[in-house]
Amino acid sequence: MKDGLGAVFSFARLGALLVKEFIQMRRDRITFAMMLGVPLMQLVLFGFAINNDPKSLPAALVATSSDPYTRAMVSALQTTGYYRFDHVAQSAAQAEFLMARGDVSFVVTIPADFARRVERGDNPQILIEADATDPSVASGAISTLSTVAGQALLRAQGTQDAAREAARGQLDVVVHRRYNPEGVSQYNIVPGLLGVILQMTMVMMTAMALTRETERGTMENLLAMPSSPLEIMLGKVLPYLVVGAVQVVVVLVAAKLLFGIPFVGSLTLLLSSVLVFVLSLVLLGYTISTMARSQMQAMQLTFFFFLPSLLLSGFMFPYRGMPGWAQTFGEIFPLTHFLRITRAVMLKGAELPAVATEIGWLTVFVALFAGVALVRFRRTLD
Amino acid sequence: MNAIDVRGLVKRFGDKTVVDHVTMTVAEGEIVGFLGPNGSGKTTTIRIMCGLLTPDEGDGTVLGFDIRTDALKIKREVGYMTQKFSFYEDLTIGENLEFVARLYRLKPVEQYVARTLEELGLASRRNQLAGTLSGGWKQRLALAACIMHKPKLLLLDEPTAGVDPKARREFWDEIHRLASGGLTVLVSTHYMDEAERCHRISYISYGKLLATGTVDEVVRNAGLTTFVLQGPRLDQVAEALQGRPGVDQVAPFGATLHVVGSDKAALEKALADIEKQHKGVTVTPGETSLEDVFIQFMSGSKDNMT
Repeated sequence: MKDGLGAVFSFARLGALLVKEFIQMRRDRITFAMMLGVPLMQLVLFGFAINNDPKSLPAALVATSSDPYTRAMVSALQTTGYYRFDHVAQSAAQAEFLMARGDVSFVVTIPADFARRVERGDNPQILIEADATDPSVASGAISTLSTVAGQALLRAQGTQDAAREAARGQLDVVVHRRYNPEGVSQYNIVPGLLGVILQMTMVMMTAMALTRETERGTMENLLAMPSSPLEIMLGKVLPYLVVGAVQVVVVLVAAKLLFGIPFVGSLTLLLSSVLVFVLSLVLLGYTISTMARSQMQAMQLTFFFFLPSLLLSGFMFPYRGMPGWAQTFGEIFPLTHFLRITRAVMLKGAELPAVATEIGWLTVFVALFAGVALVRFRRTLD
Repeated sequence: MNAIDVRGLVKRFGDKTVVDHVTMTVAEGEIVGFLGPNGSGKTTTIRIMCGLLTPDEGDGTVLGFDIRTDALKIKREVGYMTQKFSFYEDLTIGENLEFVARLYRLKPVEQYVARTLEELGLASRRNQLAGTLSGGWKQRLALAACIMHKPKLLLLDEPTAGVDPKARREFWDEIHRLASGGLTVLVSTHYMDEAERCHRISYISYGKLLATGTVDEVVRNAGLTTFVLQGPRLDQVAEALQGRPGVDQVAPFGATLHVVGSDKAALEKALADIEKQHKGVTVTPGETSLEDVFIQFMSGSKDNMT
């Protein structure tokens, strides 16, 4: 009788498991449709919906006079693109009510004596109240404010050139918004979505795949037949690697065609890091399935992992904006590292040396999850 | 060499001892029936034998391989048919057989599958999903898949539960045909008629092996005496007999009453009283059946599941 290595691994047995898995995948129409439909749907939905720099926000104007200075100020605010004055409030109280109801994000009050004060040079003031319950909504609109307002006033007074003359010789701060000069949110969101979509489908599907065998009772049979833990693991993991590859192609093509995301880096580098990332995900899913007794539990464990990784990886909120301990915590998610790689390679054209550390981290996850999965795998029904 | 030779097997789940010092031998080519009530540890014992569970105590060999260390070798030589249908319902009959053939590295796959389908009479339904088969056909498919790799030992866990009598008969004919070819079979069952078709039986109750031997030996060793009562108003007679010293079982069989007891003298005395009290009742010695013995075992053993 043959033994030794043949007992632990045989291509024929792995082949049997792979064929079986692909047939099952093909027969489960809904799941199959989900594998390809979900990434496309999520990409289109979130790619178009999420905006980190909201513009054209509803605003109310409280202005009693309609002198040229007031009009200049209003039109200057409108041209920033952040304010959309679709409410003209008669009184401060009415404006207050509009904001409380959430109809407007801003209330701009230009006092009646604004023009007089401007002409007199007597420290003119306008008041902008922002609904800061969501700080990110207000921040962009407010940050542009002081320069815009000042320039508008100078233009209205016809003293723009004089002011520029006066500013000569003063400190000049030059800001370059690199890699994304227009600040398009989608450039940040879409490469991130690649990671998020892969994480969602890969982890969940592999987590369910093995628990389904346990739940349906087919695991007992599989264990009673001569299949080794390594073969069972590869038999479950490899098919989903293929599904992941298809998803990657779908997302990348859509990123190019639908969103016109620039791709300045090396495709080979991106694809090889995707491979490592997906491998770490399917192995994580497999590890989950060695712990869960039912598909329901597998689903719960997946979501338990999913939400923090989404929020702390830097996909939704700036990673560097988190406190130190949270940043350290964020490092334990493969998604965190993958986001850095995709954004670096796609947008910044980073080469291997720049992302080697992150790829290294992903490799560590692969080894770790594979090890845990093989140890945790129940060879028996104990 | 015995096909199965295990000694002192113990398996506990939490604080429940599901298998309690079970020692068992099955000779090559033998068909052994494994009997016992629900939850008595039959499935657990079978799972230990095919390496699916590790015993807490005890050791032994299956087909000469150690059950603790050579599980993989055992798996290659044993066919195990689970209690619940555990092939893939979303695969066709043909695909299931191909899967099994590849896992056991049988070559050429197509030849094995085609022959098995032919023997099963399922060649025309090769592309039907296994999940759409009736209970009897599922069982036949499972058996066919278990014997495709020509195992030396077949472990069958309640293979005929929920299967009609004709399919059951055909199933047992098949088992005997296989055994005559040298295959050893250990089959767990609830059915007395199936027990009687085995060469030998082992009775397990609440984890303990209570009796083992041929059907005749088990019946004889139980030491029970049975009388058959005939006459009018047997329902009243049955009521009068219940609880009397010496009377262990009272069971109506058609127009007769079977009365069983382990203490022959006490039983005869009780029946003599009945004959006096109830006019027209006749008492004749009867033959103790395997069922009587099992009922006696079941009422006599302590329930460890409560």
